[in-house]
Amino acid sequence: MIIVWIIATVMLTTAAAVTMFRLLAGPSTLDRLVALDTLVAVTMCAIGTWAAFSLDTTVTYGLTALALISFVGSVSVARFRVPDTDKPRVARRLR
Amino acid sequence: MSALDVVTAVLVLGGSTLALTAAIGVVRFPDTLTRMHAATKPQVLGLLLVLAGAAIRLRGNADVGMVILTGLFTLITAPVVANRVGQLAYREQNIRDDLLTRDEMLEFAEEREPGTNGQD
Repeated sequence: MIIVWIIATVMLTTAAAVTMFRLLAGPSTLDRLVALDTLVAVTMCAIGTWAAFSLDTTVTYGLTALALISFVGSVSVARFRVPDTDKPRVARRLR
Repeated sequence: MSALDVVTAVLVLGGSTLALTAAIGVVRFPDTLTRMHAATKPQVLGLLLVLAGAAIRLRGNADVGMVILTGLFTLITAPVVANRVGQLAYREQNIRDDLLTRDEMLEFAEEREPGTNGQD
């Protein structure tokens, strides 16, 4: 059973590290927002894996709090952020 | 290693695999909409798999309710964020037209005054 936890930990750590690249390098703020959502989801997966591994239930409250806070944060950023470019919208070509 | 342990292992490993594939997709995909498509996997399905595994491991404990509540909150809030971000990405054209097979918002975009960028 311990090998399962080791594999899950390595996968989740790799996922968080790879997502961090997009969070730092994303060309627009929306890309960073998507990457941040992914990072929070990976973190919640990691906390759930920790709860399953250690049978420690004190972290489950943090899990719920993280779900709610990440929702409020993402909606706030999507609503109140400043657009990246102020160039006017160009008409799309019809197909 | 009982049968429930095997089920827990499969669920947790499935959730971790989805998280890893989503991370690779977020980095590799070309525009915001496709990155959102990749990012949705651990947000809903991966997280629910891991939480199901945790709930099976923690069975009988009173705090399993918080785990179920987390899954419910995620299911409710993920579409709202996806809607906002997708609409903003479309309006600011952080998308590649050649990757779209169909653009159903085009007719609504034509009706609006050109130059309106951002919120309503």
